[in-house]
Amino acid sequence: MKMEQFIRTVVTPLVDFPDNIRVIEENKGHEIVYTLSVNPEDMGKIIGKQGRVAKAIRTVVQSAAMRDNKRVFLEIR
Amino acid sequence: MKELTVTGPTVDEAVQDALTQLNVTRDKVDIRVIDEGKKGLLGLFGSKPAVVFVKLNYDSVDEARDYLQKVLTEMEIHPEIKVERNGKEVIFKITGEDTSAIIGRRGYTLNALQYLVQLVGNKNTKQFHTFILDVENYREKRKETLTTLANRLADKAVATRRKVELEPMPAYERKVIHTVLSERRDIRTESMGDEPHRYLTIFPK
Repeated sequence: MKMEQFIRTVVTPLVDFPDNIRVIEENKGHEIVYTLSVNPEDMGKIIGKQGRVAKAIRTVVQSAAMRDNKRVFLEIR
Repeated sequence: MKELTVTGPTVDEAVQDALTQLNVTRDKVDIRVIDEGKKGLLGLFGSKPAVVFVKLNYDSVDEARDYLQKVLTEMEIHPEIKVERNGKEVIFKITGEDTSAIIGRRGYTLNALQYLVQLVGNKNTKQFHTFILDVENYREKRKETLTTLANRLADKAVATRRKVELEPMPAYERKVIHTVLSERRDIRTESMGDEPHRYLTIFPK
């Protein structure tokens, strides 16, 4: 599975400016860190009240990675 | 609900034009031919354009379902998703091989997916739906387990006259227990602590 593509699939329908989605992959030893950024106007939509949306995105992304026996971390900025 | 009336040289071309304007595929619209049109002699004399009425039958529930299907497919899970509608409540029943991976520990993955599906399904619409995701009847089975557990621990609280603290649980499951135990008069329940370690406590009365 392509993690970067998966993150886009999860996030795209949540935002108003899908063209502004950026996902950067970075290998840090045992885990892979993905940094997700979106249009500033969409920031609230992917974080949500008390970070609820961000948390749900992370949970889903991490379970998907687990199926590949990978440890990933998703940063949002 | 979007709808269009389009004219074109033939029915097919008119429909195609409508689909382009609505930016959807043919399976997502209802088509009514108002006038089949006439080719006329040599395509010149007495020709009449075709008129079709095209209505979008694709709604937010379909959108949410497609989203779920796409996410699961990319997780290499190929489930069957059945949709059950019950007023404002929409239940996606997921069955198939390997679907237990969607549930996750204590159902956290399932609940996270459910929340995202809910956001997608309610994004571009004024009608609010509550989306529920169920995998191989997990919700129903879990409800039974939680009901038994809740009553057993409530009995314990009453017998020992001490409060009983449960393990941390997702909001959805705590709600099941609160609801079940609200029928009992010998105890009261309260949720304590902060997410994700929020837990339920049963107090004897």
